[in-house]
Amino acid sequence: MSLAAFATLLERLAFTPQRLGKERLLARAFTENPDPQRGLMLAALTGDLKLRQVTPSLLRGLTETRVDAQLFAASYDFVGDLAETISLIWPEGTRSDPPLSEVVHELANTPKTRLPALIAERLDSLGPSERYAYLKLATGALRVGVSARLARAAFAGWAGLPLTEVEEIWHALQPPYLELFAWAGGDQRPEAAARAPFRPVMLSTPTDLDQLSALDPAEFAAEWKWDGIRIQAVSDGGVRRLYSRTGEDISAAFPDIVDLMDFDGTLDGELLVRRGEDIASFGDLQQRLNRKTVTPAMLRSHPAGLRLYDALIWDGQDLRDQSHDARRAVLARAVEMLDPRIDLSPELAFQTWDDLAALRLNPPATVIEGVMIKRRDSPYLAGRVKGPWFKWKRDPHLIDAVLMYAQRGHGKRSGYYSDFTFGVWNGDELVPVGKAYFGFTDAELKDLDRFVRNNTVERFGSVRSVARTKVVEVAFEGLNRSTRHKSGVAMRFPRINRIRDDKPAAEADHLSTLQAMLDREA
Amino acid sequence: MAREPLLLPRPDGLYCPAGDFFIDPLRPVPRALITHGHSDHARPGHGAVLATRQTLDIMAIRYGEDFAGSRQAYDGPVTLGETTVRFHPAGHVLGSAQIAVEGRGCRIVVSGDYARVPSPTCAPFEPVPCDIFVTEATFALPVFRHPPPEVEIARLLASVAAFPERSHLIGAYALGKAQRLIGALRQAGWDAPIHIHGALQRLCDYHVAEGIDLGDLRPATEGKKADFAGAIVIAPPSAFAATWAQRFPDPVISFASGWMQVRARARQRGVELPIVISDHVDWPHLTATIEELNPAEVWITHGREDALMRWCELQQRKARPLHLVGYEDEEE
Repeated sequence: MSLAAFATLLERLAFTPQRLGKERLLARAFTENPDPQRGLMLAALTGDLKLRQVTPSLLRGLTETRVDAQLFAASYDFVGDLAETISLIWPEGTRSDPPLSEVVHELANTPKTRLPALIAERLDSLGPSERYAYLKLATGALRVGVSARLARAAFAGWAGLPLTEVEEIWHALQPPYLELFAWAGGDQRPEAAARAPFRPVMLSTPTDLDQLSALDPAEFAAEWKWDGIRIQAVSDGGVRRLYSRTGEDISAAFPDIVDLMDFDGTLDGELLVRRGEDIASFGDLQQRLNRKTVTPAMLRSHPAGLRLYDALIWDGQDLRDQSHDARRAVLARAVEMLDPRIDLSPELAFQTWDDLAALRLNPPATVIEGVMIKRRDSPYLAGRVKGPWFKWKRDPHLIDAVLMYAQRGHGKRSGYYSDFTFGVWNGDELVPVGKAYFGFTDAELKDLDRFVRNNTVERFGSVRSVARTKVVEVAFEGLNRSTRHKSGVAMRFPRINRIRDDKPAAEADHLSTLQAMLDREA
Repeated sequence: MAREPLLLPRPDGLYCPAGDFFIDPLRPVPRALITHGHSDHARPGHGAVLATRQTLDIMAIRYGEDFAGSRQAYDGPVTLGETTVRFHPAGHVLGSAQIAVEGRGCRIVVSGDYARVPSPTCAPFEPVPCDIFVTEATFALPVFRHPPPEVEIARLLASVAAFPERSHLIGAYALGKAQRLIGALRQAGWDAPIHIHGALQRLCDYHVAEGIDLGDLRPATEGKKADFAGAIVIAPPSAFAATWAQRFPDPVISFASGWMQVRARARQRGVELPIVISDHVDWPHLTATIEELNPAEVWITHGREDALMRWCELQQRKARPLHLVGYEDEEE
C-alpha cells in the first residue's frame, strides 16, 4: 500500500457515513494489500503505531518556518484540525508516492533532532491529500471517523474470526500484526501473545426510578458507584497487568498496585487513591493518570488502591458464565487473602427501590457518584448489554450562568463556536466559573453559534467576548477549590444542560451559591 | 486633511456622502447601488436601485416586480452628485459587477463578491485600476487553494461511473453556483439530462434566456425512482433534509462549495462526495488580485478579515476592515 492509496482510503472512510460501508472499504484493503503494509494500515487506524516523537508543537514549529505564524494560527482556528491545516497550507512542491512501510519506518527510527528536516522534506514532495495522510500517521491521532474498535471489528469480520477473541489478544500484538494475519489465513491463534490477556469488560446502562419500578428489587444486588477509574487487574502465571476498561495497559503508571496483585486471576473493579480508610477525590486520582511513570513522592502522597466488584477468572477457572452472586462469593473469599489496599465494594442492603433511592440521596462519601444495580443471576457479558447492569447516577448540580466568551471548536465541531466560558454574579460583576463544550443538542449548538456571531463585543485572537445576555443552565458533577481560577472554584464535568432564553442575565446565579456548595462538600 | 471620505461604512452599509447612495445596503435606503443578485447583497424595499440589467431581472425574479420604488439598468457611466459611477464585470454570478466610484480625485472600486476562475455563466472579472480596492474575504485564509473546477468535475464523473446504480445529489445554491456547476459539467462533455429541483427552475430558465447554454435540464420530480439511477440531480442544500431526497435511489450526497476543502465542514453536512467549486476568489487569486491592482489602500468587507489584514501588513500594504455585519459569513 502506497501513501497515496492510504490517503485515498482515509478520505473514503471519512466520507462514508455507514458503518457497513466503512467495514467493506477496510475488508477490501486487507485483501488487496500484502504484509506488512496492511498491518501498518490497521495499526494506524487502531492508534497502535506509536510514533509519539512527532508532537503537535514540532509540527507547528516546522510550519512556522514556511508560513507566517499568525496566518497559520488563524487557519488552524478555522479548520480545527492540525494535520489538515498543515496539509492545506504547506507550499506546493514536487509529487512522490512512497510505500506506507517506508514512511512509518523512517518516522519510527529517525532521531528526534533530525525529525523536523525529514518531515519537511517529505511534505515538500507530497500532494495535499498525501500530506494529510502522512501527518495523520505521524501524529497518531487519526480522527477519520473510524474507531479502533470498528477497525478491529472490520478485521474480525473480514477474517471470519470472533471479535471477542481478537480483542482478547490485541494488547499483546505488535504492528504489523503478522501473526494476526497468519491466524486469519488459517494458522493457529497466537497463544504466546495471550498471557495475562485483557477480557472485554461488562458495562452498564443508565436508569432511573421510573424504569426500575418495573423490575423486582429482589432479583438485583446494589453497590456504590465509585468515582475512580474502571480497571481490570490480571495476574496470569507470573505476568501482572493492569488494564483500563478499553484494554489499555496502564501497569507502568501504577507499580504500587501491581506489587499487591499477588493472585492468579482476572478481577474487575475501581482504581482509587486512598489514604487509610479515606478515598480521595477524583481530582487526586487525576494526578496519577496519564503518566507513563510515577515518582516515589507521588506514590507516597497519592497511594492507589483497588475496590473490587467482580471476578472473571480465579485460580484457572473462568467464572464468566456463572451468576453474579456466584462470582461475588468467589471474589469475597479471594479478597480476604489480599493486602487491605485491595478490598471489596460492599453490597448495599435494600428491600424496595425507594430504599435504594434514599441511600443514593445520602451517600457516605463525596467520591460516590450514585449506585450500581446488578442482576443477581446474570453472567458476565462483554459490552454494554441493556438489562443486567444499571448505573443510577447522583443527580447533577445545576446552576444558571451567563455566557461570557466563546471559541471555535475542533474536530467535528470545527467552524462552530462551541467552546463556551460562562460566569456567575459576584456583586454586580460576572466572574467566569467554568468552560463547557458539550451537553447541548445540535439545534442548541446552532442557536449558540448564531448568538456568538451576532453578539460579539470584542475579539482577543480566537476568543470572542459576547454580550452578557444569554443564560445557560450548566450541569456539573462536583466542585473543587481552585487557586487557578479567579472565582476560586473549579467544576467537574461541566456541560450545558439547556439554554434559558426565558431568564434575564440579572437572574443568573451568584458565586455565593457555589461557595456554599463547596463548603457542604468539604 | 479632514476631508470627508468618498465612501464610509455605516450600520446600513457602505455609504457615499458625495453621491448620497449606498452600495449593497443591508436595510432599505432611498438610493441603492447593487453589485449582484445574492440575497445578502440585493435586498428588497429600497427607494431607487441602480444595477446591471441582469441583476435587476434576478431581483425581480426573486422578490417580484415591485422590489423597489424605481430601478435603473446600468448602461454607461452615471453621474450621482459629485461622483461618477461605473460598473465592471466581477466574474461571480450572472449580472455581477464591481462598482467603481470616482470623485474628489479618488477612485474606489467596490468589488462585491468576485471570482477569477472563468465560468460560462458570466463575464470574467475585469481588473480596474483604483486608489482603494474594497474586497470580500470569504476565503481569505492560506488554506484555501481551490483546485481547478475541471479536476473536481472529473472526480464527480468518476464517482457517477463507479456507482451506476446510485443517483448523485449535488447541493448548490440556486443563483450562480448551480449554473456554474451545470456549465462546467457541459464543458466536461456530460451531455445527459441534468435533473434540477423546482427552486432552481426559474433562475436556470433566466440563464438560458440570456443565451447561456445549460443543455437538457429536467425537473427532478418527473420519473420513477429507478429512472434516476446514474443520474445527476442538483438541488439547493436545504432540500436534502426533506423527504424530497427520498425519491432517488441510494443517493450519493454531494455539495459544491469552496468550503468543501475543509473535511470537517463536509462531514458536518453529511456530505459523501465534497466538490470544491467556488464562485469566490480563493487565497492565491485574492492576493494576486490585490497585487495586480496595486491600490494605495485595501478595504475589507466581510469574511476572514483578520487574516487578510495580516497579509497586507506583511506586504506593507495599507488596509482596513470595514466590519460590515450582515453579509453571509460562511454561505456560498
